[in-house]
Amino acid sequence: MFETFYPILFLVLFATFLAFMLVAFSIILGRRTSLGKKFQAYECGITPEGSTKDPVPIKFFQVAILFLLFDIEVIFLYPWAIVSRQLGWFGFIEMLVFIVILLVGYFYVLGRGALKWD
Amino acid sequence: MIWPIASAELLPLFSYLYELLESTGLPQPWLAVVVYTFLAALVFGVLSLLALFLVWWERKIAAHIQQRFGPMRHGWHGWYQTIMDAVKLLQKEDIRVATRDKTVFFWAPVVCFVAAFLAYVTIPFGEGLIVADLNIGILYIMAVTTFTVISLLMAGWGSNNKYALLGGMRSAAQVVSYEVPMVASILVVVLFVGSLSMVDIVQAQAGGIWNWYIFRLPYGPIAFCTYIIAATAEANRTPFDIPEAEQELVAGFNVEYSGMKFAMFFLAEFVNAFTVSAIAVILFFGGWHGALLPSWMWFLGKTFGIVLLLMLFRWTYPRLRVDQLMEFSWKFLVPVTFANIIIAAWFKYAGWYW
Amino acid sequence: MLEVDGGIVFWILSFVILVSGFMVVSLKNVFHCALALVLCLFTVAGLYILLDAEFLAAAQVLIYVGSVAILLIFEVMLTSKLADKRITQSNDQALVGFFICTLFAVAAYLLIKFNTIWYPLAKSALPSDNILTIGKYLMTEFMLPFEVVSILLVAALIGAIALARTEKS
Repeated sequence: MFETFYPILFLVLFATFLAFMLVAFSIILGRRTSLGKKFQAYECGITPEGSTKDPVPIKFFQVAILFLLFDIEVIFLYPWAIVSRQLGWFGFIEMLVFIVILLVGYFYVLGRGALKWD
Repeated sequence: MIWPIASAELLPLFSYLYELLESTGLPQPWLAVVVYTFLAALVFGVLSLLALFLVWWERKIAAHIQQRFGPMRHGWHGWYQTIMDAVKLLQKEDIRVATRDKTVFFWAPVVCFVAAFLAYVTIPFGEGLIVADLNIGILYIMAVTTFTVISLLMAGWGSNNKYALLGGMRSAAQVVSYEVPMVASILVVVLFVGSLSMVDIVQAQAGGIWNWYIFRLPYGPIAFCTYIIAATAEANRTPFDIPEAEQELVAGFNVEYSGMKFAMFFLAEFVNAFTVSAIAVILFFGGWHGALLPSWMWFLGKTFGIVLLLMLFRWTYPRLRVDQLMEFSWKFLVPVTFANIIIAAWFKYAGWYW
Repeated sequence: MLEVDGGIVFWILSFVILVSGFMVVSLKNVFHCALALVLCLFTVAGLYILLDAEFLAAAQVLIYVGSVAILLIFEVMLTSKLADKRITQSNDQALVGFFICTLFAVAAYLLIKFNTIWYPLAKSALPSDNILTIGKYLMTEFMLPFEVVSILLVAALIGAIALARTEKS
């Protein structure tokens, strides 16, 4: 029954159209002066120094990987949550094994200090 | 191809509108297009009004907490202050940094704006007042909120500004860290409902206030607490608003945006706060159920209550540092939510739930 | 137009997927490639919805767009200094490459067309509630892969920590 999803398509189109209209309003009604240092990047009033393409710290990347793995885990738990009514204790043990194995991984990550944001 | 409005159950909100339009004799696909566009416009209208009201309300609450009055000039207690602000922002100049990445700089606020409103396809504002009751309702909303993260990263990168980039990445890292506890807290409620559809979740709490999930101890309150903390962090509100605070990192990822683009980010933030409160009400507070008053009044009232809670958080707690924020999520919330899932599953299988 | 379930929406989505997929490999700015990938993955979720696999569509957006694409964008930002505009690509052997690719495409098309049994599944044969069915099969028939997935995720966790920590030690 994919027909229930059509309103999403229309909402996306309408929202994008509205966003374009708003930006167009801003461009039409706003002033357009090009004096001074207005078009430089903002750095609390001083001229910008240093490159903007310096690599960022690796801890961001680490957080993203951790998030990916835990997100996949939670997504796997959703079908279990829906059918848990019919499963009984067997389903509980299964899910428990799943989460316990992942908690082992989590405690390893914790112990290695990867969750420390310095 | 059969367009779907053949059966009015798919659109509980506007079956009579459909009948009205059908009597005018439009051919089938165009009829569907008209109804859907009208629904989209209606969702936008309602949400814009709510967002305008929320901005005004936030300023009044903030002011009264700080023992001052807030906006008082435009109308009674400044009620149309926000409209004036919107008009002002509309005619501000759209300053564009010379070294920006043109495509990315333009599309970031558009993506944020669209993503904020996309969640309202499945939020029931009352009994039968839902645009489309998808059978993956709550998971769809979680999926749509991930687009906000992408827009944050786009805004940070497109501005070509070190502070914007760092602010955008910190903001994205924060939202992403708090998404795991949020999705896991929702899992607890879905476990007991047995369905992802929003209407089913609300109907499972029918029949009295003690059926609401927040009162089902011990997993209900724990799930609510973890959800509301994670949701505050997801909406980038204090005490978690390091990435976009005015004093830190000069407003973070949206430092280079002005005029209507900034207004789009700002509006999207308030709409996100409302979304998060609406989901909390649906999951934990019984949705639209309540005595005497019409269902949409109950829903709006409860949602404004949760929004009030979020505003109280903002104006009473100090800001958390970035490392405190991240460690709190990964070291405290994630184990607590997983333990909560196990406890809730135990309760369910042992039959101790009521 | 061919009668496909979903009609014109299917053709529009397929067009967007192909164009954005092509943009992923051909744009000069790596960040734009990552964004084109986001669009591609999102429209694939749209195709899943047309196939009535709604849970899969939601999981696709949540995991692929919400985690993998964000990981890729972080990685682009991490290595942006290396992706300088001065690194040029050479296209001397474009003609040979085009010829070989066409050969592979034709071979793959013929293999798939004549080795697959194409019969459309009647809509009534599909389960009505796909997430319930996924859960049921995941918990009973495919229980072992389900548990092995958790071990795989732990292995990925350990690998990720080892990968990102080598510079410290």
